[in-house]
Amino acid sequence: MTDLLAARTQMALSLGFHIVFAVIGIGMPALMVLAERKWLKTGDPVWLDLAKRWSKGTAILFAVGAVSGTVLSFELGLLWPKFMEYAGPIIGMPFSLEGFAFFTEAIFLGIYLYGWTKLSPTAHWWAGVAVMVSGTVSGIFVVFANAWMNAPTGFEIVNGLPTNIDPIAAMLNPASFHQALHMTLAAFATTGIAVAGIHAWMLRKNPQDVFHRSALHVALLVAIPASLLQPISGDISAKFVAKYQPAKLAAMEGQFETERGAPLRIGGIPNEATRETPYSLEIPKALSFLAFADLDAEVKGLEAFPEEDWPPVAITHFAFQVMVGLGTLMMLASLWVLVLWWRKREVAESRPLLTFLALLTPAGFIAVEAGWVVTEVGRQPWIVYGFMRTKDALTPMPGLVYPLIGITLLYCFLGVVVAYLLWAQILKTKPMTQEMRVP
Amino acid sequence: MTLAYVLAGVTMLALNAYVLLGGADFGAGVWDLFARGPRAARQRAAIEEGIGPIWEANHVWVILVVVLLFTCFPPVYAHLSVALHIPISLLLVGIVLRGSAFTFRAYDSTKSPVQKYWGRIFSISSTITPILLGVCVGALVSGALALPVGGDFLATYLRPWLTPFAFAIGGLTLAVFAFLAAVYLCVEVHEQELQEDFRRMAIAAAIAVGAFAGIALLLGSRDRLPVMGSLLTQPWALPFQLVTAVLAVTAIGALLTRRYRLARLAAAAQVSALMWGWALAQAPYLVPGVHTIESAAAPAITLRLVSYGLVGGACVLMPSLWYLFRVFKSDSMSAFERVDTAEYRRPKGE
Ligand code: HDD
Ligand code: HEM
Ligand code: HEM
Repeated sequence: MTDLLAARTQMALSLGFHIVFAVIGIGMPALMVLAERKWLKTGDPVWLDLAKRWSKGTAILFAVGAVSGTVLSFELGLLWPKFMEYAGPIIGMPFSLEGFAFFTEAIFLGIYLYGWTKLSPTAHWWAGVAVMVSGTVSGIFVVFANAWMNAPTGFEIVNGLPTNIDPIAAMLNPASFHQALHMTLAAFATTGIAVAGIHAWMLRKNPQDVFHRSALHVALLVAIPASLLQPISGDISAKFVAKYQPAKLAAMEGQFETERGAPLRIGGIPNEATRETPYSLEIPKALSFLAFADLDAEVKGLEAFPEEDWPPVAITHFAFQVMVGLGTLMMLASLWVLVLWWRKREVAESRPLLTFLALLTPAGFIAVEAGWVVTEVGRQPWIVYGFMRTKDALTPMPGLVYPLIGITLLYCFLGVVVAYLLWAQILKTKPMTQEMRVP
Repeated sequence: MTLAYVLAGVTMLALNAYVLLGGADFGAGVWDLFARGPRAARQRAAIEEGIGPIWEANHVWVILVVVLLFTCFPPVYAHLSVALHIPISLLLVGIVLRGSAFTFRAYDSTKSPVQKYWGRIFSISSTITPILLGVCVGALVSGALALPVGGDFLATYLRPWLTPFAFAIGGLTLAVFAFLAAVYLCVEVHEQELQEDFRRMAIAAAIAVGAFAGIALLLGSRDRLPVMGSLLTQPWALPFQLVTAVLAVTAIGALLTRRYRLARLAAAAQVSALMWGWALAQAPYLVPGVHTIESAAAPAITLRLVSYGLVGGACVLMPSLWYLFRVFKSDSMSAFERVDTAEYRRPKGE
């Protein structure tokens, strides 16, 4: 394994690991806050029980999110020192603001988790709101930094060095808005669907359980709006990619030829050698329409770019299909729930829907991972699109495969432990509504 | 005084906060490892309760340091990341294991032997991580990182930090963290017996701090490190040494006479003085012999915006931190309760 490949794999692994916890860190506070709000309003202890059990899981997940995030902030330098030297002054701004947002989040999470009996119920609820807001804001700032890698603005290159830096323009680059929107929605949709799925699974065994019914209800309140908006926001993202990163769009779609009225491909296996994407279902002219809102617009194929500037086509295409496919399923599940609600029927009484939701439990996480693969792998061979190649950012340190092995083992271990703890501590234990003290 | 100097100072302040708060968390983990005798279980429980609610926030300081470093002094961040790749990677393993094991232990209420292993992982990584942190600082201070990067592997990636001096600083860091933790715990526990235990630990750690500082000084002078030169000859050197000495004596004296609040104040001040002495001795260099504050600084506009960001951030952060400490550190720790007091009990007498 070359050092470059090892470093890329390590980065992908660390980010792919962190994003799971980041998504939960953004989504779960919303669920807890909603449940606690219901408790404040109704006094029904089932809501308090729910908020407490969720916050217990969140505490475990947050800790792993925080340590894996800390690893990332060092890893950016350990693996890509030249990128950080180049980009630090330009995108340091969102990172510094993100630092403060994390800080606020960590503080209020501490207050929230350990302060059930130390604060008045209203003050406690507001601490939860503070966690939710600061978690979302921190996610947005990190994504701004990533958006700059896709749409680098706010500087000029003079003699090979970035000059005339404008950190504000860099932070608010053309990719910032849609990436932040899409990511934030993804976090809420993912968490909402996952939690709904877990409780739907429990309800399949015992449809009358009030605890799980309440949980499912709150989770769906978060999941439905987000998963309905997600395809729309994805379309905004795709239009951006079409305009600013045509090679990425071509890879996403397995489009090798430049053509007018390009079809949308569903499935298929792009072959870089033969420059074809066989076995796909083609919807005529749909890609031109989706990308440029014009049935006959010209879509650049990969042939328009030198081969050294191609991203890995098959991975990008496959990941894109996975994300869109799962997004569609999540949207369908949400519509199904809305139909039942509209007909005044209980979700818990529709066994097929419960099964569907339970099957979708991991869908959001897979879609998030796939989406990031589209963004990051699709940007290759660039680390800063059009300005700096990934290989030029690499650390001179040799033997990078060893840290890769180390971090892989470490994260596998942590993953197993977290899964076990959540299962043993939360899923397996009985809700404690019965014996609960009301503070 | 330029903005670059101000921001270097702020970065140092954040590091200072990390040492005083996060460092004490590490130190508490060290005492968890060394908890012995009839009250070992109670000592561990007190340690865990002291860390609980605020440990997460305490560790964000290091992120602030890193972020400030790569935003305001990017070449320094890049240089350190390359030259100290190996110890920093090991340090990260320690940070990950420690942070997650602490939480896993707290939430693993299966009361099984597994929980004991979390405790072990927590305390062992709490002990190793500060040493590695100190080794990184020691390597930086010693000026060994000035080597041209890209030489042979040994000379570039191992020799700069595999030195007796760097490890002396590692030991010093460990001792300092343990000292801070023991002194803080004296204030936080209210049972007389436990207080006496932690007092004894604090005094032992104070002696270790003195010993490691002496060793580092000796090794540093033997190797004729430039930093040592300025620590001894600069105009501020004498007053600085006097102040540190007075603070150290105050801290020990207060411990001996059981005035714990005074001891806490003096200990924190003494450790801060030690750190600022290092900063002054190394200034204007950030990486001795390679990067100065001026030469490594990001363009003026970045520095200006970051300082606005810092002021804005501080306006959110300071009240929040104040609130956090007020909620959790104001009254007796026995009133402390967890999310799920009903379910969770530390196994007694492990
Ligand atoms: C729950 C997760 C989820 C779901 C259901 C979807 N996405 Fe997505 N997508 C993401 C989660 C995500 C993501 C992981 O959050 C990404 C990676 C970077 C980003 O900004 O969002 C992403 C990126 C991303 C990009 C690349 C943006 C770029 O490179 O700048 C496009 C074009 C789309 N998405 C389009 C879609 C479409 C058309 C969807 C239709 C259903 C869709 N996404 C559903
Ligand atoms: C799209 C990508 C990312 C998102 C949405 C995101 C979001 C988050 C969120 C919501 C948290 C809160 C912790 C939690 O709830 O588990 C978090 C933690 C953290 N993230 Fe990320 N993150 C991303 C990528 C990164 C990257 C690239 C870095 C490194 C530079 C990073 C650094 C951190 C750090 C240091 C923490 C810990 C903060 C603490 O201790 O509270 N994150 N992230
Ligand atoms: C958390 C969600 C993210 C995931 C899952 C993710 C995923 C990936 C993947 C798969 C790669 C490897 C691409 C390749 O080499 O083929 C990568 C590379 C990289 N990502 Fe991301 N990414 C995320 C967010 C971010 C953010 C927020 C930043 C920075 C602000 C970032 C910075 C980088 C850098 C510096 C590289 C290495 C250079 C490169 O390969 O282009 N990523 N990421």
